[in-house]
Amino acid sequence: MATLQLRVNGRQHTLEGVDETTPLLWVLRDELGLVGAKFGCGISQCGACTVHVGGAPVRSCSLPVASVSGEVTTIEGLAAANSDLTPVQRAWVDLDVAQCGYCQSGQIMAAEALLRSNPEPSDADIDAAMAANICRCGTYLRIREAVKVAAANIRKENRS
Amino acid sequence: MSALSYAGIAETVDEVTGGGPLTGPLRIDKLDRRQFLKLTGLVGGGLMLSFTLPRAAANDGRGGPLQPNGYLRIDESGIRLYAKNPEIGQGVKTALPMIVAEELDVAWQDVTVVQAPIDRGAYGMQFAGGSMSVPMNWTPLRRAGATGRAMLVSAAAARWKVPATELTTRDSYVIHEATGKRLAYTDLAAAAAALPVPAARTLSLKPRDQWRLLGSRVTGVDNEALVRGEALFGIDQVVPGMKHATYTKCPAIGGKVRSANLEKIKAMPGVVDAFVLEGNGNAGQLLPGVAIVADNTWAAIRAKRALEVQWDETDAGKDSWAAAAEQAERLRQESGPQVFNQGDVDAAFAAASTTVDAFYHYRFASHAQLEPQNCTASFKDGALELWAPTQTPGSAISDAAGVVGIGADKVTLHQTRCGGGFGRRLYNDFVCEAAAIAKQSGVPVKLLWTREDDMAFDLYRAGGFHQLQGALDGDGKVTGWRDHFVTFTNDGRRPVSGGGLNAGIFPAGLVPNVRYEQTALPWSNRCAAWRAPGSNVFGFVVQSFLHELAVAAGRDHLEVLLEVLGEPRWTQPGRAQALHTGRAAGVVRLAASKAGWGRKLPKGRGLGLAFYFSHAGHIAEVADVSVSAERKLTVHKVTVAADVGPIVNLSGAENQVEGSVVDGLSTMLGLAVTFENGRVQQTNFDQYPLLKMPATPEVDVHFVASDYEPTGLGEPALPPLAPAVCNAIFAASGHRVRTMPISEEGFSV
Repeated sequence: MATLQLRVNGRQHTLEGVDETTPLLWVLRDELGLVGAKFGCGISQCGACTVHVGGAPVRSCSLPVASVSGEVTTIEGLAAANSDLTPVQRAWVDLDVAQCGYCQSGQIMAAEALLRSNPEPSDADIDAAMAANICRCGTYLRIREAVKVAAANIRKENRS
Repeated sequence: MSALSYAGIAETVDEVTGGGPLTGPLRIDKLDRRQFLKLTGLVGGGLMLSFTLPRAAANDGRGGPLQPNGYLRIDESGIRLYAKNPEIGQGVKTALPMIVAEELDVAWQDVTVVQAPIDRGAYGMQFAGGSMSVPMNWTPLRRAGATGRAMLVSAAAARWKVPATELTTRDSYVIHEATGKRLAYTDLAAAAAALPVPAARTLSLKPRDQWRLLGSRVTGVDNEALVRGEALFGIDQVVPGMKHATYTKCPAIGGKVRSANLEKIKAMPGVVDAFVLEGNGNAGQLLPGVAIVADNTWAAIRAKRALEVQWDETDAGKDSWAAAAEQAERLRQESGPQVFNQGDVDAAFAAASTTVDAFYHYRFASHAQLEPQNCTASFKDGALELWAPTQTPGSAISDAAGVVGIGADKVTLHQTRCGGGFGRRLYNDFVCEAAAIAKQSGVPVKLLWTREDDMAFDLYRAGGFHQLQGALDGDGKVTGWRDHFVTFTNDGRRPVSGGGLNAGIFPAGLVPNVRYEQTALPWSNRCAAWRAPGSNVFGFVVQSFLHELAVAAGRDHLEVLLEVLGEPRWTQPGRAQALHTGRAAGVVRLAASKAGWGRKLPKGRGLGLAFYFSHAGHIAEVADVSVSAERKLTVHKVTVAADVGPIVNLSGAENQVEGSVVDGLSTMLGLAVTFENGRVQQTNFDQYPLLKMPATPEVDVHFVASDYEPTGLGEPALPPLAPAVCNAIFAASGHRVRTMPISEEGFSV
């Protein structure tokens, strides 16, 4: 058990009496009440638990909290409550991507990370970046399209 | 076999969902009111048409919200519509309120959709299964909306002192065209609430050409909450004082706990309690196991990993896929008990100019819904409160009540959004476990299954074996069809879900001479409804074999398929939701034409066609596939033509079809569950490789949007996918695939 410092969505948290082996996912969900990241497999196979650490997508189900270095961003941290959605979130809503929606927070976090490093991804780039995220409902076509729409909207915003 | 009961797995849910022993179209029509009442223990009416007033909002003549039924509530603050059934990704939380909104004549942007409480009095059966939400609720929801509209019109007529016939409605307003007067529904609601609720027969429903909302693309009502990561799902629920629980069962069904290292587990950090539950003898409710209750999820999972249980496997199942396959290999050489016969099959084969034999088989499959099973339960003062991602909240209540020994009236269930269903959440074992653990531990608990629990304790889509024979006459016409189906039985009395051939299964009623024989092998691992039960495997077998017959006859597959369908007619007259050969031929022609059937393709590339009818949906698909010498597949495109009547929500409908294509492809390519010594051999997604984005084909969807009553779309687009792809593989490579998953024959993507 240890006392750990964790910065999540712009806020500093001091976590006391935490088992250092606890995966980041369960600290977010159980201790901080951030339930957007989901538990799917526990072995980094499905991507439902994807969050950003230092801006890079990670599988929070398999990352011990003690080894987290850098700021954590979860889906709750993309757009503050009642504020505008990000272009990626907006595209997900407008294109009606979700079926059950359970994987989509992980999909969105993967897409956000992709577009930050590659603002004009090709289909192949999108496939490669999103291939670690399972959608059991099979919404891949809409996810791919939403990534493209978001990319175009980000470019438009940057020009104006 | 174990002494466990499988009651409730085969009977109740399969028949409710149209799957089960008498799988497919036949069962859908069996869903009449009387059967539902019998299955659900409901008595009296109020099932299909529920205009019972929710108790909290009885209109007392003094104004208040307009709430003439459980589906709508209007007051000065706004318009609420209630979504009655569980949302599992099939889109009903949006689609069902759209039906109410159309007849109520409200602007969709004025509407707030709320998940309805579980209330049999107000809503009748509330469940997600069998692609039944739209067909069962279509007329009741239209009437519910029209009721509200009629009351608002009456209130405006009284206020303006004009005949109601002079009034129209649009976008949440009542309008008097002659004077240009308008009143918002929200301003009329209190007056309308004081009026009597009109009888259903007095309501007029909008003709189709006046629909404004139905058939359009409407985005999901939870979309914004989803992309913000808000707590919608079962796993997201938090209750004050809640602890976190795991439950560990014997990996072979029927095993009991002999002993466990409970003292060591209880001493682990964060662990609150650990105890044995004996189970209630019903394999679909509470199996024996060890519960661990802890302060947080990780402590519960760590303790589960440290748990050591000595199982008493005296009565445990010994299921072995290898042994079953060997037995089936022997049985298929023989005849089996006949379950369906039409015409003179032996004469047809005696007179045939060509006969074809083929052996098809498929492995078990898992639901693998992405949200692992979980349920939050609180047991206090003899009452149980549940927060459950279930497809069948009514059964969850009665099952859990039985497990903890209270009346169903002492159970409150909060329906959560479900992270996928595919049939798995029709069964409420996880709810029963949570209820039993909450009662025993005395604190509210959230029970979470690990993915490993989920893979090991699914209610699987059963594997199966089909020995087929087809007869062709001198003109290359299909004249005879025999299938000896080797399937499984859980209870020794009836076949498992998807284990029943009958008069509704293709080509019964279409080919003149058809005989189905069936043999069931005993099986202890629980088998139950998996998206499009029965159809999801029969489609592969029979639509592939029909193509084999066309090839043997030297004829075009499209021509043979249309010939088998024959003249336009209902194959089971009097059954409104049976196969109609005209609708079938319509989608077959449409899919073929949109896909460019008959066009020349380069070597190694081919088109495959398949039709299947399930859950009242007529669907044809054409797959465009390349096959390399190393049996690597590229599925370029799947063209889908569907006749499910009018479309409710076009966006949701297209999404269901695209998802069904992906699900079908994922499952046929490489998903298999195998068993040894009663145990499931796959443990997680690394051994159950669901399809990912790079292998996803283009999907081109066409709806006929016929004038028949609308039917559901959660399931019927899945069954034609596998045979379409397999027929395309044959066209591209000359190799006939007879095994699912096709990775067993060396194919990959």
